[in-house]
Amino acid sequence: MPDRPKRSTRSIEVGYLARVEGEGALSIRLRGDEVTDVQLRIFEPPRFFEGLLRGRLYQEAPDITARICGICPIAYQMGAVQAMESIFGVRVEGALRDLRRLIYCGEWIESHVLHIAMLHAPDFLGYEDAIRMAKDHPEVVRQALRLKKLGNQILAVIGGREVHPINLRVGGFYRLPTRRELAPLREELEWARGVARELVRWTGGFSFPDFERDYEFVALRHGREYPITEGRIVSSSGLDIPVSGFEEVFVEEHVAHSNALQATMVGRGAYHVGPLARYALNFDCLPELAQEAAREVGLGPVVRNPFQSIVVRSLEVLFAVEESIRLIEGYQAPAGAAIPYEVSAGTGHGATEAPRGICYHRYQVDAAGLIETARIVPPTSQNQKTIEGDLWGFVPRFLHLPDDQLQWQCEQAVRNYDPCISCATHFLRLTVERT
Amino acid sequence: MAKVKRRPKLAVWKFSSCDGCQLSLLDCEDELLTLAEQIEIANFPEASRAVVRGPYDLSLVEGSITTAHDAERIREVRRSSKALVTIGACATAGGIQALRNFQDVGELISLVYARPEFIRTLDKSTPISAHVFVDYELNGCPINKTQLVEVISAFLHGRKPSIPSSSVCLECKRRGNVCVTVAHGEPCLGPLVHAGCGAICPAYQRGCYGCFGPMETPNPPALSAHWAAQGMTPEEILRAFRGFTAYAEPFRKESEKHAGPSET
Repeated sequence: MPDRPKRSTRSIEVGYLARVEGEGALSIRLRGDEVTDVQLRIFEPPRFFEGLLRGRLYQEAPDITARICGICPIAYQMGAVQAMESIFGVRVEGALRDLRRLIYCGEWIESHVLHIAMLHAPDFLGYEDAIRMAKDHPEVVRQALRLKKLGNQILAVIGGREVHPINLRVGGFYRLPTRRELAPLREELEWARGVARELVRWTGGFSFPDFERDYEFVALRHGREYPITEGRIVSSSGLDIPVSGFEEVFVEEHVAHSNALQATMVGRGAYHVGPLARYALNFDCLPELAQEAAREVGLGPVVRNPFQSIVVRSLEVLFAVEESIRLIEGYQAPAGAAIPYEVSAGTGHGATEAPRGICYHRYQVDAAGLIETARIVPPTSQNQKTIEGDLWGFVPRFLHLPDDQLQWQCEQAVRNYDPCISCATHFLRLTVERT
Repeated sequence: MAKVKRRPKLAVWKFSSCDGCQLSLLDCEDELLTLAEQIEIANFPEASRAVVRGPYDLSLVEGSITTAHDAERIREVRRSSKALVTIGACATAGGIQALRNFQDVGELISLVYARPEFIRTLDKSTPISAHVFVDYELNGCPINKTQLVEVISAFLHGRKPSIPSSSVCLECKRRGNVCVTVAHGEPCLGPLVHAGCGAICPAYQRGCYGCFGPMETPNPPALSAHWAAQGMTPEEILRAFRGFTAYAEPFRKESEKHAGPSET
């Protein structure tokens, strides 16, 4: 590119990465056309949840860990209750399990639609935010808001409220919803089925940078259903382990530029969790309607372009709507709201598919049920290294762009992961420094 | 000088928090687009890349102060804001992360992080009012979004927000809930806790655990005495007050009465 002035230093800075949850920064250093450093820095002040949980009663863990994230509280509550249930030998099955899956579908719809329509789509269409986008695309934004509201309504009916629901407990729930309470959701879900399908077509029609990577995808796999609340941990290179084996394969390290711990897979390095991973490892478990919608927009059973995550997220919304209808249709109130159990000492593990990927919990409790140790690995700290890896690969191919456009593209690349920095504990500030 | 008609400017700021309270603004699905016509969303990084310079007519502040940098940043926010409203338990009382205020932070850091030297944090998680003047505090973990819309419209019209300051007990009566303490002997913080959630927990057959923090002039010793008479241990009473608003003065003082020597 002879027209570009030769500069020894080029630097781009974004003071605060917008449209992500939490506070983070990104700095990229370039020498000529070579990237010399990429750092996703997380400044979100640490809150020490694992330490604060020590000495608390097991039953408080779902309420306390919910506060790690206001966007995906169910992911934390579910991981915590599952870990405790595995210690006490409780198996939550049948209608109670279905209700848990249903409330989690609500969280997927609410969180995914927030990201698709409010946080990510404006990047593809060149708007600063969804409010500005709504001026030119009022109908899409209005429908997306209604869809997001439906997700929140599922949370509110079953969980009591949208943010930090109060109904999930070890053994089941505090109170069961009635069929009458679920009925209005059913009607709105019928409307949502068509709108979710349109959302797939809309996002599928965006233009995507030509960029693919051969990721190590890691997700839960249940085998008979698309994974939400349970499954074995599997990967694209053939890993297949129970949830309790998580810490043997995935290790977290503490790097100087981040208040989040970065996870890597032993022997494989960075890995990828979230919609693309779930989709690639569980395409066969998607309902026919979602598979057909994927084919219609030209997606195969594995998607390696991270920018297309917005389409896969839309497919997952379609799935979650479909699944919610199935669960509500089949709902018969179980005999009790929670399965009785006896508290005992032990160590337990829980892992579910949060909207952004696997969220892992481990607790050790004493005979009185008081928590002795806790460990929580949220999805964003697992994706942190992969996000940096994407930028290492992506930036050199787009150096011809002027600084402001390159910066926006990098921001968009980070937003592909819907990073929840509050979860990872941990702000996005973008610096591109060209030397 | 002729008055130029302009939309009031709103800013949303985040400190140490879970994002749930500012999310409540985006969760106003029915009101959001109308709200955006009435006001200029001038600084709201979670929702927009665009930043309009201050001063701002109204700043909503989420989160507590836990770093020296944030203690400085909140002063800048105050300087650029005509009115400053804190939203949620973190900004109003220090949040769940204020549980550190009763522990040794150095020990907590080494429990969670392999390289403690990379972490910079203050000993205490403190509410915004400990650092700057706050015009109004909206309680809740999370806040109630209907109350949020009420507070925004009140401030933009120069009137006092109409937010009840009674206890959760009154909300239970209004909702027709059976009292979980009287009927089932469940410990419930409701008599001490600020109304606003709509008494959700008792409606779901569990005791209130205090998301909205202490109401005005609560009487914690009376409730503690009742709990002790019911057979709750000092440890159980301590944990009940050491929740999402543990550092709010009435709860902090009461909890200290039930704490062991290392827990104050």
